[in-house]
Amino acid sequence: MRRFPQYVALAAYVVFLAFPLLWLLSTALKTPQEMALADPTWIPREPTLANFADAFGEQDLVGAAVRSLGVALAASLITVVISLPAAYAMARYRGLVNKIAIGWVLVSQVFPFILIIIPLFMILRDLDLVNTLPGLVVVHVTFTLPFALWMLQGYVRAVPPELEEAAAVDGATRLRSIASVVAPLLAPGVVATLLFAFISSWNEFMFALVILQNPDVMTLPLTLVRFTGPEGVARLGPLAAASLMATIPSLIFFAIIQRRLKSGLMAGAVKG
Amino acid sequence: MTATATRPAPPRRPHARPRRISRQTREMWLLMLPALVPVLLFSVGPLLYGIGLAFTDARNTRNHETSFTGLENLFDLLSAEDFWSSFRIGMIWAVSVTVLQFLAALGLALLLNENLRFRGVARVLAVVPWAMPPVVIGLMWKLVYHPDAGILNGLLGTHVNWLADFSLALPAIIVVGVWTGMPQTTVVLLAGLQGIPRELYEAGEVDGASRWRRFWNITLPQLRPVIVAITSLDFVWNINQFGLVYVLTQGGPGGQTRLPMLFAYEEAFRYRFAGYASMLGLAMAIVVLAVLGLYLWRQLRETR
Repeated sequence: MRRFPQYVALAAYVVFLAFPLLWLLSTALKTPQEMALADPTWIPREPTLANFADAFGEQDLVGAAVRSLGVALAASLITVVISLPAAYAMARYRGLVNKIAIGWVLVSQVFPFILIIIPLFMILRDLDLVNTLPGLVVVHVTFTLPFALWMLQGYVRAVPPELEEAAAVDGATRLRSIASVVAPLLAPGVVATLLFAFISSWNEFMFALVILQNPDVMTLPLTLVRFTGPEGVARLGPLAAASLMATIPSLIFFAIIQRRLKSGLMAGAVKG
Repeated sequence: MTATATRPAPPRRPHARPRRISRQTREMWLLMLPALVPVLLFSVGPLLYGIGLAFTDARNTRNHETSFTGLENLFDLLSAEDFWSSFRIGMIWAVSVTVLQFLAALGLALLLNENLRFRGVARVLAVVPWAMPPVVIGLMWKLVYHPDAGILNGLLGTHVNWLADFSLALPAIIVVGVWTGMPQTTVVLLAGLQGIPRELYEAGEVDGASRWRRFWNITLPQLRPVIVAITSLDFVWNINQFGLVYVLTQGGPGGQTRLPMLFAYEEAFRYRFAGYASMLGLAMAIVVLAVLGLYLWRQLRETR
């Protein structure tokens, strides 16, 4: 067994990666009595789904999920609609604007968001948008925009300009050629960007924490944190159950792009 | 040799070119407009405003008279013990998470690049932390570290309150940071590994280079650009981390895990010192740019 040490290392990684997940699952399925035992058990003795039901009773999970869904849908759609033409311009026209756009994408990664969120909070307050979902949508759009731009301009670049030139030779106007030649080829990229923006907004915590202070408008991540209670006292079962439920959309997202991720890695392998 | 360079330029139509450029420019601006307006209004604008706030005594309350105070916030910041302790914690956190995350991810990427059995399972598992909301990751690890019902104490047979212990809280959240950031780094490094031409290894094998030598003399140098890019990005993300640690400890115990962004958040939204908190953000941005610049410059010079 020449590869024995490698398998040991791989097993160590699997344990490190999996054990908090298994613990989350185990906690979600336990009864309060079992949770109170001095020695924690890995596998629940009497697995129960009661925590999932209790979670809905303790916090307004359904409302929070609906609000998160609304904010994420609105933010991701707006992000993609406004960044698509700009990404096209970034990919197709070289020059100063393109450089500035790329520079801004980079800067937006480096600058601490606290520097933006304080003035943004003040602006939103003056517009009476604090504690409102449209306020959060505005913030999420600005926060997903740089990366969406970056992703989309990459996808546009992958469409050969010759295709458009050929369409132009055939007498198509620029808009026409974009609609009938570029758009279909861009569709998978647009979907990926849309999903990315959706998940970013669905998961986002810091801006929501600042913008939404009223429990009636809180999104899912904020509501989850409320499970830990004001002094850190928590009913762990419902907390774990709610956490698992909040992860479902992200898991679906990854199941969808997993193939893309894999094929990307495989393409790399073939090239190598 | 110079034949192509000295060949006369093709004759230009005198008026056609400038006109075409201006039409293109107009088109480009039109396409940029839908994104440009919100970016200027809600991103660039606030950023500049935030930088401006750093030099005022602005309070984060309605109808507060704000006046320009120059560098006063900076002097206050530099003489505040709280800031220095938060800065130190932030640096320890960002550097150790970045380094450990890189080493762990490199190991995992090397393993996943090998033809091992169960590689598929490990691959799927390796991206799971990526697919989880950061808040859920924080809550999940809170359950692992829980003093009574947590599995860590269960496994070790201890009764430690990990996240509330003065000396253990920072190492405990560093582990969570590594767990959280590993997938992205692994995927990037794996892609980099798969881009290394196989012939290099074959040549190395022919020359009788050991496994270790091949790693040291082929893999690492070939991977260098990828390593530089991902570690600098990881450092930036880690130093700006907020949500994960907010959920885990809220900066406690006694400020032992109060990363700079948590400090700034408290100053801005609990104590309402908007100007002071903005200066904190600005100072951190400058430090990050300096550290990053130095690192990138050194890496660039060593490559040449």
